[in-house]
Amino acid sequence: MMTQKIHPLLIAGTVLVFMFLVGPLIIVLGAALSDTTYLTFPPQGLSLRWFENIFAIDAFRRTILTSLQIALLSTVIALIIGIPAAYALNRYRIQLPGWLSTLFVLPVLVPELVLGFSLLKNLAVQFNSPIYVALLFGHALLVLPYVVRVISASLASFDFSIEEAAISLGSPPLKTFFTILLPNVRSGVIAAFILAFITSINDVSISIFLTGPGLSTLPIQLLAHMEQFFDPTVASVSVLLMLLTVAVMAIVERTLGLTFLAK
Amino acid sequence: MKRFAGWTLASPATLLVVVFLVLPVLATIVTTFTTPGGPFSTYAAFFGSGFRRTVLWRTIQVSLATTVIALVIGFLTAYVVSRSPGWLKSILIVAAVFPLLTGVVVRSFAWLIILGKNGILNTTLLNLGVIGEPLTMLYTQGAVIIAMVYLFVPLMILTLVGVLEAIPDDLIQASASLGAKPTATFMQVTLPLAVPGLIVGAVLVFTGSFTSYATPQLLGGEQVMMMGTLMYQQAMVVFDWVAASTIAAVMVVITIAIVLLMTRVARRLNPMAV
Repeated sequence: MMTQKIHPLLIAGTVLVFMFLVGPLIIVLGAALSDTTYLTFPPQGLSLRWFENIFAIDAFRRTILTSLQIALLSTVIALIIGIPAAYALNRYRIQLPGWLSTLFVLPVLVPELVLGFSLLKNLAVQFNSPIYVALLFGHALLVLPYVVRVISASLASFDFSIEEAAISLGSPPLKTFFTILLPNVRSGVIAAFILAFITSINDVSISIFLTGPGLSTLPIQLLAHMEQFFDPTVASVSVLLMLLTVAVMAIVERTLGLTFLAK
Repeated sequence: MKRFAGWTLASPATLLVVVFLVLPVLATIVTTFTTPGGPFSTYAAFFGSGFRRTVLWRTIQVSLATTVIALVIGFLTAYVVSRSPGWLKSILIVAAVFPLLTGVVVRSFAWLIILGKNGILNTTLLNLGVIGEPLTMLYTQGAVIIAMVYLFVPLMILTLVGVLEAIPDDLIQASASLGAKPTATFMQVTLPLAVPGLIVGAVLVFTGSFTSYATPQLLGGEQVMMMGTLMYQQAMVVFDWVAASTIAAVMVVITIAIVLLMTRVARRLNPMAV
């Protein structure tokens, strides 16, 4: 609602800020469509050859698959263990110690680089565990806070007495979970899934320590490619990632409304 | 019984955090105190090195500059967004969420295209005749700050839109009907009520910049090395894991200290909000 007049200068400033936010991404899009072998904007002739090039480069094909795999698996792990944790935090708030909810925020507090390095040093090297395991659980940790927070938010409006009614009428706990609780937090689960997935796909700081010869993720491969070649392939991969973002936003919009993200 | 059920449900997640985060990170920090040189020798080496002190100081400077710029831009923008009519607000929120969900590498790469020697900015300025030869904009502190601000302004806007919308409209109207000019209402009602949100936003941006890797690596290079890039270099290029662990410990301590301090300040300023 327009409750107050806003100074025209403030509006002009806001327009500039949004140009600043969207402009660089449009430039990336333009660069990806360029016909030239070097990065340039505005594009000199349009072409989709750099998109074809992504799939011609073996490393990109491989890392796209790895990234999708890691994002999917780590999100599923985080959901399987995060939903019960969020439930416990809300349902048994009084019985559980206060520091427990702080524990689930730790992955946000501890710098990602430190986490990645520590997993490499004290898990992969010291215990000789496969680097894939460290990468997978590193990502599961990274996305766990999103799951716990979003599911907690949707449980906040859930009336636990419905669940108690079902149990007192003889419904077994697992059945109660799947028929009563889960449908009620469905949109929360979808939102948590999406936020977790996109966070994992884009992660650099943990992955940079947990990738190496034979195992790499897309953002790390992008960084490596940029250091060697400065061609529009990076721009076209960036555009693919932006398309993924558009898809994600469309799903969020349909399930929750995007204003949910600004709550 | 209830206590038992709660623990059972929370234990897998607790186990994950303890086994894959708390123990490895603690182990990293512990190793910095158990070197042959004595418990504090690694820290003496860190703070004794002029280069590392410069990196720490530069990281603090860049993070502070980023935080202040993002706060100002983010707050004014969030103010306009929160006062916009519904349809416009939705569009603006989409425009802020989109970059936020686009990864750090893509967003830093965009600035590489803009600020490069043959980048858009140089080409445009050359064509317009404003400059005679390309300016060096990449690998400067300014480039890192611009890209960091770009990274964090959407986060700031979204955090502050939520905070500003939570301020009841009645308060603004009451202030206006009592004769306060819009500027006075803004300074005396809106701004003070937004302070806890500003603090949350500032903490997110400062700690995010302080521990960042990709942006300083791409836009700063060797010239503008920051704590994150220094840590990576020590660990994966020089293979001095003791030095890397020390940098990690310094980053953890500073990050957590800032979070605790600012939460305290926020609580004191507004006991109801946090």
